[in-house]
Amino acid sequence: MNEVLTFSPILIEGTITTIELTIASAIVALLISFIVGLARFSRHRFVRWTAVVYLEFFRGTSAIVQMFFMYYVLPLLGVNLSPLLAGVIACGLNIGAYGSEIVRAAVQSIGRPQHEAAISLNYNSYQLYRYVLIPQAIPMMIPTFGNLLIELLKLTAVASLITISDLTFMAQIIRVQTALTLEPFLVILVIYFAISSILIAMTNLIAKKFSKGRNTMQAGGN
Amino acid sequence: MEWSWTVVLDVMPKMLAGLVITIQATFIGAILAYVLGLMLAILKMSKSKPLAFSVYWSSEFVRRTPLLVQLYFLFYVLPDFGIFLEPFTAGVLGLGIHFSTYTSEVFRAGIENVPKGQWEAAKSLNYTPYQTMRYVILPQAIPPMIPPLANYLITMFKETPLLAAITVVELFNAANIYSNSNYKYLEPMTLVGVFFLLVSVPAAIAANRLEQKFKPEEVR
Repeated sequence: MNEVLTFSPILIEGTITTIELTIASAIVALLISFIVGLARFSRHRFVRWTAVVYLEFFRGTSAIVQMFFMYYVLPLLGVNLSPLLAGVIACGLNIGAYGSEIVRAAVQSIGRPQHEAAISLNYNSYQLYRYVLIPQAIPMMIPTFGNLLIELLKLTAVASLITISDLTFMAQIIRVQTALTLEPFLVILVIYFAISSILIAMTNLIAKKFSKGRNTMQAGGN
Repeated sequence: MEWSWTVVLDVMPKMLAGLVITIQATFIGAILAYVLGLMLAILKMSKSKPLAFSVYWSSEFVRRTPLLVQLYFLFYVLPDFGIFLEPFTAGVLGLGIHFSTYTSEVFRAGIENVPKGQWEAAKSLNYTPYQTMRYVILPQAIPPMIPPLANYLITMFKETPLLAAITVVELFNAANIYSNSNYKYLEPMTLVGVFFLLVSVPAAIAANRLEQKFKPEEVR
């Protein structure tokens, strides 16, 4: 164990990289979720179909395949991405596809009367979504987005395979340099568990805050 | 960068062999995930508080940590304790254990959603716990579980490329090995994506049909 402690600087570095990767991808994923999720309600068939193709493509091919494609194939096509950027884009686009379904389902679940109320107020469709549907849909999205955030954190471990020096990558370095196996992997499992648990606690807190004064909220949970 | 059909023909047999491994890993992993998941679900509902508590938190530990690291753990750590697993076995075990923590929630929710009156009815008929489960609870609890369990099967299929990290030569790794030794990335990597789409899109449609079929009825 002491031997692993001498590696704590690189483990801390790895933890920071993992957190950065998670946050950056989460921002990309959140944007994609709303763009693709709301595109499903578009008046234009082309926009709706593009959203569906995006969703099926990124849900249907494996995340690791997408990551390798971006890292190895895009440079051949003249697009050079740093490993970190490829990781962020791949994680973000992949999780964003799943997130778009959360946005779509939540917005869809808002009842018909809300649409009618907005129409009777002479709202245009931007106002309908911006002031009526989305604000009511967001509290419903939070618990499921929380689950997805954990999936995202776990997905970032895969980015170690395209040479991003995250926690998993650092554990491999320690294993190769010291021939220790149990200690490095156990330590990073505990670190991952701690990060996930903090994320879950944060999501529950946000869910609670949003559910204040609402009686239609679903229970939080992780 | 030109698309080359010669490369496609060259890599195809290797990838088809890999696909077989991928499908085997998916199904064996899924069976493991279902069996372990059901056991976990029953243990989580145990009347013994310490048992339920420790089972809950161990399964949360597995659920909140990456499958890739768990695979490394099985592959690199166990041999130090004298347990040598084939890469394929370690991979299937990792997949099964990881996803059992997800399926256990499906089983738990399914069992808990059976109305309380059913338990009471079984009790009033003097059924043993086994009979209650076998003849009353499970027949009602299982149909609504089928769609989510089918979805986890698809999810597991898409996670199998992770087995490449512990040297299993499944679909993705077969393509990757070819790419690395021939410096041809475009065709093999694109084909892997196409293969995945060809399996998972129809599977998703089938799962959707299942969902329609097993929609919970309003009145029981």
